[in-house]
Amino acid sequence: MSVLQEISSNVRNMKQLENSVLARRTTQIKEELRQGVRKSYKEVIDVSWGDPHKAGVKPLSFVRQVLAACLYPQLMDGDKLLVDVRQRAQRLLKACTGGSVGSYSATAGIPEIVQRVSEFIMRRDGGVPSHPENIYICPGSQWALTNILTVLVNPKASPRTGVLTPVPCHSTTVLSLTMLGAVVVPYYLREESGWALEVEELQRALDSAKGVCNPLALYVINPGNPAGYVQSRKSVQEVIQFAAEKRLFLLADEVYQECVYGEKTEFVSYKRALAEMGPPLSDRVELASFHTASKSLMGDLFSTNACAPVLGQIALDVMMNPPQPGDPSYHLYVKETQHIRTSVAENVKRVDEVINSLPGFSCQLVEGGAFAFPRLFLPPKATKRAEEAGMPPDTFYCLRLLEEAGVLLSPGTDYGQKEGTYHIRFCIMTSLDIMEELLRRLSIFHKRFMKEFS
Amino acid sequence: MGKGVKKPFTEVIKANIGDAHAMGQRPITFFRQVLALCSYPELLEDNKFPEDAKKRARRILDACGGHSIGAYSASQGIECIRQDVACYIERRDGGIPSNPDNIYLSTGASDAIVTILKLLVCGEGRDRTGVMISIPQYPLYSAALADLGAVQISYYLDEDNCWSLNSAELGRALNEAKQRCKPRVLCIINPGNPTGQVQSRQCIEDVIRFAKEEHLFLMADEVYQDNVYAEGCKFHSFKKVLFEMGPEYSSTVEMASFHSTSKCYMGECGFRGGYMEVINMDPEVKAQLTKLVSVRLCPPVPGQALLDLVVNPPQPNEPSYTSFMKERTAVLAALAEKARLTEEIFNTVPGITCNPVQGAMYTFPRITLPQKAIDKAKADGVVPDMFYCMKLLEEEGICLVPGSGFGQREGTFHFRMTILPPTEKLKVVLQKIRDFHSRFTSEFS
Repeated sequence: MSVLQEISSNVRNMKQLENSVLARRTTQIKEELRQGVRKSYKEVIDVSWGDPHKAGVKPLSFVRQVLAACLYPQLMDGDKLLVDVRQRAQRLLKACTGGSVGSYSATAGIPEIVQRVSEFIMRRDGGVPSHPENIYICPGSQWALTNILTVLVNPKASPRTGVLTPVPCHSTTVLSLTMLGAVVVPYYLREESGWALEVEELQRALDSAKGVCNPLALYVINPGNPAGYVQSRKSVQEVIQFAAEKRLFLLADEVYQECVYGEKTEFVSYKRALAEMGPPLSDRVELASFHTASKSLMGDLFSTNACAPVLGQIALDVMMNPPQPGDPSYHLYVKETQHIRTSVAENVKRVDEVINSLPGFSCQLVEGGAFAFPRLFLPPKATKRAEEAGMPPDTFYCLRLLEEAGVLLSPGTDYGQKEGTYHIRFCIMTSLDIMEELLRRLSIFHKRFMKEFS
Repeated sequence: MGKGVKKPFTEVIKANIGDAHAMGQRPITFFRQVLALCSYPELLEDNKFPEDAKKRARRILDACGGHSIGAYSASQGIECIRQDVACYIERRDGGIPSNPDNIYLSTGASDAIVTILKLLVCGEGRDRTGVMISIPQYPLYSAALADLGAVQISYYLDEDNCWSLNSAELGRALNEAKQRCKPRVLCIINPGNPTGQVQSRQCIEDVIRFAKEEHLFLMADEVYQDNVYAEGCKFHSFKKVLFEMGPEYSSTVEMASFHSTSKCYMGECGFRGGYMEVINMDPEVKAQLTKLVSVRLCPPVPGQALLDLVVNPPQPNEPSYTSFMKERTAVLAALAEKARLTEEIFNTVPGITCNPVQGAMYTFPRITLPQKAIDKAKADGVVPDMFYCMKLLEEEGICLVPGSGFGQREGTFHFRMTILPPTEKLKVVLQKIRDFHSRFTSEFS
């Protein structure tokens, strides 16, 4: 039998997430609830993933109608589906080999859809040209990121390849880097300044890599995950300048670009900022930007190898080209997207009000992204108890929250945080009532917990 | 041609990729109905959909977060679907138990195959993991091994014996490799790609015995398990044979079996559905595997849903049963007929020898090339069978894959053609290749 020593060391070095402990316990709790065990809650609220549908947000009708029509074209006989749904489905099916979503597509994506992605990017960036041959449709942004990293990271290199990565950072990227044998070079975002990215900190991080690894790339997340910041145009430009000076490949994870909330907040893509900074920078800096259908208002995670799943490509096409004024589906589409936008904006407000009113919590205003990442100030008695239980204090808090209140969210340990600080992360793209219930349960639990350990 | 350039043919026939729908094969109606219902649940009110389709759609949606196929699933795959897969395996293997915890749903079989290789490849220099793969082979394997820096150990299938596998050859390959790496994995594709052979039960037992003696992890790629045509041939799953060999083997040999929704009678390549079942894996190693799959979040949920239907098709007492079976039988019967036709016609051509297409979706005939052609190819800096295929494409508009893409014994040449084009078109293709081959032979004699 294979033993642990005979397994890839890169795989062994991947951190086991605290989340997995919580997820296992959640499965057990759900089973206990099914068997009628009495608890103070009837169901578990799971806000540990950036998954709007799981958290009660409804899918958009237009998208799903187009997908259903593509899957089962007989649906288009008769007038059941609106004419723009039928037209879109017919157009997409024609672009599929053999007229079926069951065929392989070209490896980089269905050419017609790639073209439309390119047009979307150009519109988004105020006319900055986008070339289809620079676009690769993948089964989700993590896959795309791993592919680029596979090219950039040479596992045999000595010194090893380093990638500058933010703290906090969502866990899958860090795991991918470890899996590929790269060195994670952390740079800390400044929580007190709304998670600002400071160039001095980038420099410090780069200096720390001397003699340890060879930093080749700089990974930024904008809007952030888990921290909900949106970088200002100035900040984006500073990062580009830094990458140019230090000859770093820029990896811009922009999957939350549709999720921006503050009135004064504006998303500026790295590509646009780079283009507007003009030559020589715009000719020299190497940049890869990532986007996805998972995190738009659609929330559809068709986690898009041979090729990206064709249904995912279709969802992407709709995202790039939603119904327009005058289209039959336009009104419903606007109604549904408005509802989602308003709900999430309301959630952001409620989180700010409720969490910041609780002693022991402090939460930066969520400007964008899918999560809140409040800071937890735990009493020493609680941290001590956690130590005795052999787990990080924020995991301890999350486990208790799960047991007593039926709320599943993630501990800051899984994302990295400044030494001695603790956080929790939860999804804010939920339905209004799920958010209210979540905040209600969290408040009651939190007050009790803080009292118990005071 | 799109620009109006005149060619000696009116269309390009792509017989190069194992993509059934691209070649006009129809999807299975029942599957598409359930998937449409899952995508747009309002259709559950539509009385044009049969009850058994609705029942399955509701069950799948109940298992999804927020009742939506747009939600992430657990990384190992939706639990009730893994349970259904386990039940399917038990039924297929005559009752041998299958544990859902050992089932990992994946993004096509390729994803699972690469994941296992990622897990097992380790060591430096002479201790680097060696992986045995058949020649000819499906290029995913050689590409993955190169990407992971594993050592490829090639073992040759026996063309003169219908591409069967023999232990002596496995032994030869292994012993030669021991000097340059640490052999740890043995990959086998059954039914085979590109060769189309269906391994006999005896052969499978021999492979299992070999794996036990040499402490090798067995990777059994069985994506074509429903594609068996030749009389006297039967698909024997590696797992079934392993357990029927008794506890000495069934409790020690480590194995992973792979399946997919891309092939068989469904041909739904674009959905990226698949699974692997791991047997006798050390629990600590399995924990590492579970950790590894979490990095790519989860397999596409529509693919998982489709897989659920494949392992849980309409039953005899259900409304959709008759039409489902009719469609399934028609697809497999057409493939069997095309397999037979292909072997028959190719074997009438002097210079082409074709082993029976026992299963899978391809034929891999051997072609004899005149020395002058080989010399011309070399002068052009092209491998001879690529030269042949390029000429075939230019002159007849038929796209095949040269054997050099899959590996072959030194000095032999082959091409791989799919048997997927519709029967009438396939007949035309076979005739054209026959005519091309004699022209080619004359031209270079």
